[in-house]
Amino acid sequence: MKGAGSRVRWRRANFVIGATLVTLLVGLALLSFVWTPYSPTDLDIPHKLQPPTPAHWLGTDSLGRDIVSLLIVGSRVSIAVGLIAVGIGIAFGVGIGLLAAVKRGWVEEAVMRFADFTFAFPALLSAIMLTAIYGPGLVTSIVAIGIFNVPVFARITRASALVVRSREFVLAARALGKSEWQITIEHVLPNIAALLIVQATIQFAIAILAEAALSYLGLGTQPPTPSWGRMLNEAQAQLFQAPQLAIYPGVAIALTVLGLNLMGDGLRDILDPRLMRRR
Amino acid sequence: MLDVLPGNAAEVMLGESATPESVAALSAKLGLDRPAPVRYADWMKGLATGELGTSIAYDTPIAQLVAERLVVTVPLALMAMALTTLLAFSLGLYAASRHGRGGDIGVMAASQIGIAIPNFWFAILLILAFAVKLRWFSAGGFPGWSEADGGGVGAGLRALVLPAVALAVVQAAILARIVRSAVLDVLREDFVRTARAKGATPRGVLWGHVLRNAMVPVLTVMGLQFANLLTGTVVIENVFSLPGLGRLVFQAIANRDLLVVRDVVMLLAAAVVLINFVVDMLYVVIDPRLRVRAA
Repeated sequence: MKGAGSRVRWRRANFVIGATLVTLLVGLALLSFVWTPYSPTDLDIPHKLQPPTPAHWLGTDSLGRDIVSLLIVGSRVSIAVGLIAVGIGIAFGVGIGLLAAVKRGWVEEAVMRFADFTFAFPALLSAIMLTAIYGPGLVTSIVAIGIFNVPVFARITRASALVVRSREFVLAARALGKSEWQITIEHVLPNIAALLIVQATIQFAIAILAEAALSYLGLGTQPPTPSWGRMLNEAQAQLFQAPQLAIYPGVAIALTVLGLNLMGDGLRDILDPRLMRRR
Repeated sequence: MLDVLPGNAAEVMLGESATPESVAALSAKLGLDRPAPVRYADWMKGLATGELGTSIAYDTPIAQLVAERLVVTVPLALMAMALTTLLAFSLGLYAASRHGRGGDIGVMAASQIGIAIPNFWFAILLILAFAVKLRWFSAGGFPGWSEADGGGVGAGLRALVLPAVALAVVQAAILARIVRSAVLDVLREDFVRTARAKGATPRGVLWGHVLRNAMVPVLTVMGLQFANLLTGTVVIENVFSLPGLGRLVFQAIANRDLLVVRDVVMLLAAAVVLINFVVDMLYVVIDPRLRVRAA
């Protein structure tokens, strides 16, 4: 029992660390709307590639822009991409998944084959394809990452909705004369919400990584909008003169993803303690 | 799918400043004036026979371009997968054998950090450490497999070490957790206790019973990971300026060479599907019980 107790404390600590990191990220993004040490778009060539100083806490980049300001404003892009891409995934994926679980038959088969097809195109491949047609940009990358999220949520929703629909309380609701869609909205959806929330934190982290990769390749966020991926792209050209520039944005991405993953793990344990016992 | 999207491939390739005449000429050259189902059938036939059309930017058959690039991408992906497997099994088995103790917690914490690290950032850190500071490896480029071109097998493999490590470490962090949890699940099974009671050695139990039974979930994740590795090579090849498929597709976007982008993306997607199919086939080889259930 002692082991189980320490495991619960360990899991709670993970959740607290994750939630703290995510809160910090959201706080930074909100702060950027009212305050940054310097404007992230102001160029100051005479003071380029400065090491950390009291005036510029993390120094300046190759165009003299303040690194702290770029990092703070860059968090906005990460949050926006995560929110919208996961929003697209939930909006379409949950709807399609529920439809498959309720209708069964050929509708379910069609949904699952669609999910299989979309799974063959990871976010990066979809983004490359869309970029080739529409040109690079933040919207294109958000749409591509969002499209990749749709089958993820569709599969999870269908599988968990099928389990919930086989429970007694659904049978009771049906006996009371409720329609299939009433049962789905009033009973199935609330019972699978916890699972979807946990998956949303995981997909949020994946979206941030995908956007960073796309921006690093020059296919995502375009200048002058600051983004962590772009900062890494620009830093690579200065690797010999200012290696520290390649450290900060990567740490920001890693801490954000770590925070989301820890929070997702913690949420899963809080919302479904049976899973923790199995680990 | 490209046909469903608004616009015409020729317009995309020629850009906004193109004249209607040049768009019409390129449309005719690409056969865009034919009905979509006919073009689709032709394209599928081309995929099956290896005749993918001609790159506008390189004026070279796409199949030839792809073949030239595959000699970099395939060894890179295989090296990365081998490294991923080696790292993940070592760490996962070690963590499972130290379940609940310091070693287990250490591996789990390290893997949590590994999962959070973007592979392209890790690649930049590797360049910083091993190319800029220690100067053990070059910061990028590929000398080729032929000694006549100034490269060779040794030099080629050396150029792929850092990219493979960058790809593998992040994937290994994920796989190590799966190996650990699958092994722990199997260790709790009655047949493992029986095997031990019959006097089987710990090594015999591990190789003969535990690993074999733990392989089904591990293989599933490995299949998905190979797909991640393939798309990961698109980014990593650009970090290290390796002339592989990833670099080709990136240059094709810059050149508006839509046909090359389409064919390379489809090739990668087909590889993802094929790998998952092979994984499905392997299930029954590893676990004959599945064959009985399927029958």
